[in-house]
Amino acid sequence: MILSRSRTGAKYWTQIGLLTTILTLMFGGLFATSASADSVGEDLPYRVQGNVKNEGTALEGVRIVVSGGGYTAETVTDADGKWLIGVPEKAGYSVSLDQSTLPEGIAVIEEGGAEQSVEIGPSGAVTKNFFIGEGERIVVSLFDQIIARIIYGLNFGLMLGLAAVGLSLVFGTTGLSNFAHAEMVTFGAVTAFFLGGVLSLPIWIAIPVAVLISGAMGWGLDSGLWRPLRRRGLGLVQLMIVSIGLSLAVRYIFQFFVGGGTNQLPGFDAPKIKLFGATSLSIIDITSMVLSLVVIFAFAWWLLNTQTGKATRAISDNPDLAAASGIDVDKVIRIVWIVAAGLAGLSGVLWAYFRPGIKWDMGAQILLLIFAAVTLGGLGTAFGALLGALVVGMLVEVSSLVIPSDLKYVGALVVLIVILLVRPQGILGRKERIG
Amino acid sequence: MDWSAIFSNTAQGLFSPATMAFALAALGLAMHFGFAGLLNFGIAGFMAIGAYGYAISILTFGFEWWQGILVSLVASVIFSLILGIPTLRLRGDYLAIVTIAAAEILRLLFLTNAFVDVTGSADGLSGYHNSFRAANPFPVGDYGFGPWTYNNNEMWVLVLGLLTLVICVSILLLLINSPWGRVIKGIREDEDAVRALGKNVFAYKMQALIIGGIFGSLGGIVYALPSSVNPGVYVTSLTFFVWTALLLGGAATIFGPVLGAVIFWVLQAFLSNVLPQLVSSGLLPFISSIQASTIRFILVGVGLMLLVIYRPQGILGDKKELTFVK
Repeated sequence: MILSRSRTGAKYWTQIGLLTTILTLMFGGLFATSASADSVGEDLPYRVQGNVKNEGTALEGVRIVVSGGGYTAETVTDADGKWLIGVPEKAGYSVSLDQSTLPEGIAVIEEGGAEQSVEIGPSGAVTKNFFIGEGERIVVSLFDQIIARIIYGLNFGLMLGLAAVGLSLVFGTTGLSNFAHAEMVTFGAVTAFFLGGVLSLPIWIAIPVAVLISGAMGWGLDSGLWRPLRRRGLGLVQLMIVSIGLSLAVRYIFQFFVGGGTNQLPGFDAPKIKLFGATSLSIIDITSMVLSLVVIFAFAWWLLNTQTGKATRAISDNPDLAAASGIDVDKVIRIVWIVAAGLAGLSGVLWAYFRPGIKWDMGAQILLLIFAAVTLGGLGTAFGALLGALVVGMLVEVSSLVIPSDLKYVGALVVLIVILLVRPQGILGRKERIG
Repeated sequence: MDWSAIFSNTAQGLFSPATMAFALAALGLAMHFGFAGLLNFGIAGFMAIGAYGYAISILTFGFEWWQGILVSLVASVIFSLILGIPTLRLRGDYLAIVTIAAAEILRLLFLTNAFVDVTGSADGLSGYHNSFRAANPFPVGDYGFGPWTYNNNEMWVLVLGLLTLVICVSILLLLINSPWGRVIKGIREDEDAVRALGKNVFAYKMQALIIGGIFGSLGGIVYALPSSVNPGVYVTSLTFFVWTALLLGGAATIFGPVLGAVIFWVLQAFLSNVLPQLVSSGLLPFISSIQASTIRFILVGVGLMLLVIYRPQGILGDKKELTFVK
């Protein structure tokens, strides 16, 4: 309270307003039906208003909350079902209708549910009428929510995993912490967009072709940039900063070509199918999960059983010993770059569907999550990276049940720091790497 | 082509709060990376702490401007401790990943709607200038000449920024040429050798992290002094731009970061003025003026790569005192 004395007046009143709102939220349920207030803040310059009716019958005592830009106010509808809330700024607000104050058996039936966003129009006011009709209010149990979040997290984690195993393989074989991996993710999505969106190829052709082109870019990057630099004998820190420069340059090249906005891949708005509980997935989500699983199993088989896969693991273990044993290190590293870039490209396409949308810095948005996954699993271990990615993906989604959704990445980043405190080698890593 | 406007805007880049802020932040990075060998990729976080610490102490707690600066510095020391304790014992690239993650956590915390009353969320903070401007010793009026003409408030920011920069450069000069500085450089070259001499390597690294962090947050304050605090500024790209300025001038030098920051901003000012004009006068066909302004960031990335590959010691650096030892 000492602190609030020194606040400016306006802020102080917002504080009081907030406090009142919280109190009303707490006790609102008790008094909502008996209250008859129909308008608040009429002295404010702009207004949000509406009329709550069910098939022509006005509904009285329905609680409406308007919030946005740090301002919150609420009211209940009058006998004619009308309500009006004054707002201080000409901006966007969110209007929500408290469905527990509706009579039994009816609910808000429009898309988006009982919380809608509105924009103050040129007249200085906006009208929001909810579509109300017979229907079940969707009450979701915490258990169902957690299950749904875990499944979304699995989807997100598998997508992260595709990118993380590539980053981890490259790190294991060359020692490079590749910051430009984010741009390889974006590259896949942007290529798929050019093939599917601009050239209008069917999407089931566009995606495999985009993955192939991504792999080709990995080959190009290795033979055009990374191999010559290794030959020059650049240190690992130097290589890392080169990858940062590359990341910046390529990111802005994407912006140069696709602009600063968001583009969509075909089929991004496929309808969600309700599966069970609170879980609903679109056909795209399901395909994405199956596809990632198949690719990851194929990759694991490749790493464990083929000659090249074994050579890759040998180089990760001890490059000098591998070279002395007759393994062509340069060739294996080239294959690793192709595989890593291809997986990153596929991950980019799936990320474009998950977000949804293609943006010039979409890869950079998840780069730290990929790094978190790799570090969590153990730097340089492919399966550790996959495990780390699943943990990070689920953590991000499940944590958004308790923390604000704009902070959901923070949880994963905090875990990254904590894991370095308690087990710096990661879940599957070996201790000698950290020294 | 309006060459006089282009040159006048470019000349302003030579001597602006942003240039000084970059120079201070790059000086902090020189302490971290150039002299102590610490890979700090979270300098944007230190700058955010400076800027937000200053603005929040004034707006929320009603402090005076100089108290705000003190709060920022204390906050940056705490941030260094939190970062350093878990990571300074680990290999270099772990510090890189942790610092970049910590800076991002900070930015998300400043950006979230949950603390909008204090941080202003996506709108950032502004209107914290009263106390600072009340302390302005310059009478109302215009100062300077040609492109370097400033009103009394801008003049106050510039003089204070320059003074801070001079003090920080002097501190770094004294520190690096002291026995302490020789130990720090020894840690950069061979940590185990210094440990074998009985020095507490962890404590020295922590001190270097704290001092460099203070320079970084002073940079953030100077960045915030003239106008406002905007969360969109303190992204990881800012860190990379400061790194570019540092490596351009020379990481293991004291005047290199200042020179690098000046060249960086003069070039940025020049390109951001000349590229759109080239488009509008038809000299750069087939691209829009928005695309033209993207080119300068592509050039930063390409420049950073070429620098690290072909001249890793920077303009003023000495090849013998190469910073990329490991």
